[in-house]
Amino acid sequence: MTTSSPVDTTRRPRPIKAVPVRHPGRWLAVAVLAVLAAMFVNTILTNPGFRWRVVGEYLFSPPVLNGLSNTLVLTVLSMAIGIVGGIGLAIMRLSPNPVLSSVSAVYIWLFRGTPLIAQLLFWNFLAALYPRLALGIPFGPEFISFDTNQLINQFAACLLGLGLNEAAYMAEIVRGGLQSVDHGQSEAAGALGMSRAQTLRRIVLPQAMRVIIPPTGNETISMLKTTSLVVVIGYFELLTSVQRIYSTNFQTIPLLIVAAAWYLALTSLLSIGQGFIERHYGRGTSRGPTGSRLLSWRAPEQAR
Amino acid sequence: MVEAIEVHKSFGHVEVLRGIDMTVMPGEVACVIGPSGSGKSTFLRCINHLERIDAGAMRVSGQLIGYRESGGKLHELRESEVARQRRDIGMVFQRFNLFPHKTAAENVMEAPRTVRREPKRQARERAMTLLDRVGLSEKYDSYPSQLSGGQQQRVAIARALAMNPRLMLFDEPTSALDPELVGEVLDVMRGLARDGMTMIVVTHEMGFAREVGDTLVFMDEGRIVEAGDPRQVLTNPRQQRTQAFLSKVL
Repeated sequence: MTTSSPVDTTRRPRPIKAVPVRHPGRWLAVAVLAVLAAMFVNTILTNPGFRWRVVGEYLFSPPVLNGLSNTLVLTVLSMAIGIVGGIGLAIMRLSPNPVLSSVSAVYIWLFRGTPLIAQLLFWNFLAALYPRLALGIPFGPEFISFDTNQLINQFAACLLGLGLNEAAYMAEIVRGGLQSVDHGQSEAAGALGMSRAQTLRRIVLPQAMRVIIPPTGNETISMLKTTSLVVVIGYFELLTSVQRIYSTNFQTIPLLIVAAAWYLALTSLLSIGQGFIERHYGRGTSRGPTGSRLLSWRAPEQAR
Repeated sequence: MVEAIEVHKSFGHVEVLRGIDMTVMPGEVACVIGPSGSGKSTFLRCINHLERIDAGAMRVSGQLIGYRESGGKLHELRESEVARQRRDIGMVFQRFNLFPHKTAAENVMEAPRTVRREPKRQARERAMTLLDRVGLSEKYDSYPSQLSGGQQQRVAIARALAMNPRLMLFDEPTSALDPELVGEVLDVMRGLARDGMTMIVVTHEMGFAREVGDTLVFMDEGRIVEAGDPRQVLTNPRQQRTQAFLSKVL
């Protein structure tokens, strides 16, 4: 009888060389997809309707770039309003003070429950409701007053509409994140003598970020395209600029491709940025960031 | 050091503490044992006001916890005042509750940095001293997820010590650990006791209670059934309830 001691590494059995299981179904699927991809590329290159020359001509044309910059500015500012407002609303919503909590709940109910287009139009036509806006003592004297139409121009109405609406959605995302952090974390911080504000800022929020960031990335990408709704109050951005061009020269498809290409490019940039932010807030978790697959070319085994 | 007088606490209709009287002297190590649901953890959490008591009084170093007495009336303390009281009371939890997004050293530095506004270098030096003391000199920059349960609990002890507490509360510090890791945490606690720290330890480790404890308190159904010298209580319990409990766990 022979017994091998577990430390004896010199007499390891030979590694297994077995015939791997064949997957004919996979090969079939690959073949079908390859044919479809070839057909797709072929039609893109050969169908004259795409008019790639026109696409190239307009891709960097001033009106398109103008629209693009409006899209970017509106997205960045609206998301900034949305994120800051959302964090505030979420903290109010979770406050032990019932008044703060209900005010936040009503805000979220109102802004999520009405169409964004209606909200944009409302801000734009605020002057019909309140021709003048004033700062002063409630029910008392006024210090300064403004003409509403001058104070809230089209651009401001866009920001109010998009940003305040986004804040309602962000509030729920942030609330979900804050609630996902184990209660023991706040208790441990409290037991150390940290105040509630310090606990929130230093302990709870950084951990909640891991849960908050992926849906916030979604919201940002969605906002990029939602900004096109500002057309209802006569403002313009990428899609509107493109529409204006093709309504005069009738090159509809190429110009839509121009817009789509820009949206795709911006979305890709945002995804990359999101990957970096996720990595930052993923510190200390045993599983690394599970960001965009497009960005990690490493083999899955290496990524564990 | 700690003086509990007729402490009552209910969660809804369930009365968890039904009049706890307990005095712990400076430098004393008091171990609290009892079946689960007996209220021992709740009592511990009342000492630093993680739970507010419904009746009775809790004093630490002569100071009323959670309330202020003036003009014959009790006033609730403001959040910042409660936080100030808690600085002097360290707490170690069953589930460690380390901050997972911070390294071991950052966990220990957190309270001195944010609460006492210590400069970073000073806080880090102190954190290293404390981590050395609990035997983790190699692990300053490891995240909690890279540490074993025993190591995490030792970081948690160092974190609590960073605020120079006068009193340490341990809430079943070894109950979430693999058996072979219990010893390293108990060793650290033994060292603390030897250095004269006042400690209240809720535990199931009878060996530790016998060896390190100055007092052993047996709780059941929200009351203290028996208290006294650990050797006495463990080997010669006077109450039937204590005998029944010990016969099951020893």
